[in-house]
Amino acid sequence: MVHQYKLNGYHIVLDTCSGSVHAVDEVAYDIIGLYEEKTEEEITAQILEKYRGREDVTREEIRLCLADVAKLKQQGKLFTPDTYAPLANEFKERSGNVVKALCLHVAHTCNLNCAYCFASQGKYHGERALMSFETGKRALDFLIEHSGSRTNLEVDFFGGEPLMNWEVVKQLVLYARSVEKEHRKNFRFTLTTNGMLIDDDVIDFANREMSNVVLSLDGRKEVHDRLRVDYAGNGSFDRIVPKFQKLVAARGGKNYYMRGTFTHQNPDFTRDIDEMLRLGFTELSMEPVVCAPADPAALTQEDLTVVLKEYELLAQKMLDAKREGKEFTFYHYMIDLTKGPCIYKRISGCGSGTEYMAVTPWGDLYPCHQFVGEEKYKLGDIWNGISNHGAQEEFCACNAYTRKECEDCWAKLYCSGGCAANAYHAAGSVSGIYAAGCELFKKRMECAVMLQVADALPRQE
Amino acid sequence: MKRIQTLETKNLCESAKKGGCGECQTSCQSACKTSCGIANQKCEKKDER
Ligand code: SF4
Ligand code: SF4
Repeated sequence: MVHQYKLNGYHIVLDTCSGSVHAVDEVAYDIIGLYEEKTEEEITAQILEKYRGREDVTREEIRLCLADVAKLKQQGKLFTPDTYAPLANEFKERSGNVVKALCLHVAHTCNLNCAYCFASQGKYHGERALMSFETGKRALDFLIEHSGSRTNLEVDFFGGEPLMNWEVVKQLVLYARSVEKEHRKNFRFTLTTNGMLIDDDVIDFANREMSNVVLSLDGRKEVHDRLRVDYAGNGSFDRIVPKFQKLVAARGGKNYYMRGTFTHQNPDFTRDIDEMLRLGFTELSMEPVVCAPADPAALTQEDLTVVLKEYELLAQKMLDAKREGKEFTFYHYMIDLTKGPCIYKRISGCGSGTEYMAVTPWGDLYPCHQFVGEEKYKLGDIWNGISNHGAQEEFCACNAYTRKECEDCWAKLYCSGGCAANAYHAAGSVSGIYAAGCELFKKRMECAVMLQVADALPRQE
Repeated sequence: MKRIQTLETKNLCESAKKGGCGECQTSCQSACKTSCGIANQKCEKKDER
């Protein structure tokens, strides 16, 4: 499938099935757009008409360009047919029942009371609870037992607020480290925190053991403090920012992410990105809020229009910053064209409910952190394994080729059919789609690829 | 090619022949955690350059 778009002065052509990216001029852009529909004669006539008076657009020039297009097609870099559908099922079968990543909900409780929290202040619509060391240890054993031949195992310490159960987190890391060699595994830990309880011990341990740390900050103080408040209603910005700065400074270049949420109150989220930069952070992520449409924080149709523009603005800002030697990273614009994932990964996506699951403080298994508390999706528990095979089947079946909406979508090999949780909340089914999310996703991919093109080519515009 | 510049990219069709090893990081596109999309993954396959 071919997707063409213009952004920031670039004319970009994606051949999604081969993964090829072409930066073209406007003439080639038009020719490629007509190539599969019209004869060469028709194309030539149409292009001559459109570019009448342009010296560089002659019959001969068009012939050369058509020949180039034909050559790319023959090389499998343009108009590559989509032949991957059969692989989609084959891959799931082959990966069997391997589990390679767990999200450990070590604390279903929180010291903040953020208005938009999808986990309802960490309780996931249930009771407050902390995971015991025994339960966590069993979860790690469960992971090792079910990981088959996979070496790299991922464990996210998540909540609620995981630092509210910090001693257990540390013990679990030490336990995993003590057994990983004998099982020939390599654990990678990540921590997602609101920052309130960061102290020197946390900084020291996290910087040693966590391969990634996700720090929640919404950007501008007034934005952050409106929703990210404590139980007394006080904003948390002034308390957490110095802690984050200290942690990042001590991290010595190891991965971290500042991640913010944008909502109805700040669809102009690039201003929050500016604030994060001003505070000295360079690894950034801003995400649309996950909530019910009736929630006051929910993004409206108008907000979404703003957000799409903001994504473009952000890409422009990144280019400018880079030229000034003040490079920063936006998570969704990181795309690795040469060393990125293979087609199998591109088809199968996040692996929720199959290779990735979430574990509650009491050891129940759910397809992912966003399904925790949805009783019908409880898959089983870490002692007895999966019992709800019906539910797991639903997740097994999710890939880039399951949804009819995705059939003609150029983005499917970048998004793998989307987020099952978003689909569930938006369409009532994990095999639906979240249409508004699709628009945002596609815009992000266009921007991400444009940045790659800008990197590869001399400046246009 | 005068009017077309092709960026260097991983050939997805080739990767289909080799098969996936499943070692790469689990990706979540949603808002609430490490939030890694498919496209920004690193391939971990050993024989990959
Ligand atoms: S979920 Fe949306 S963006 Fe993703 S492939 Fe399907 S239609 Fe496209
Ligand atoms: S279903 Fe959505 S939220 Fe859950 S792991 Fe997948 S992408 Fe993330």
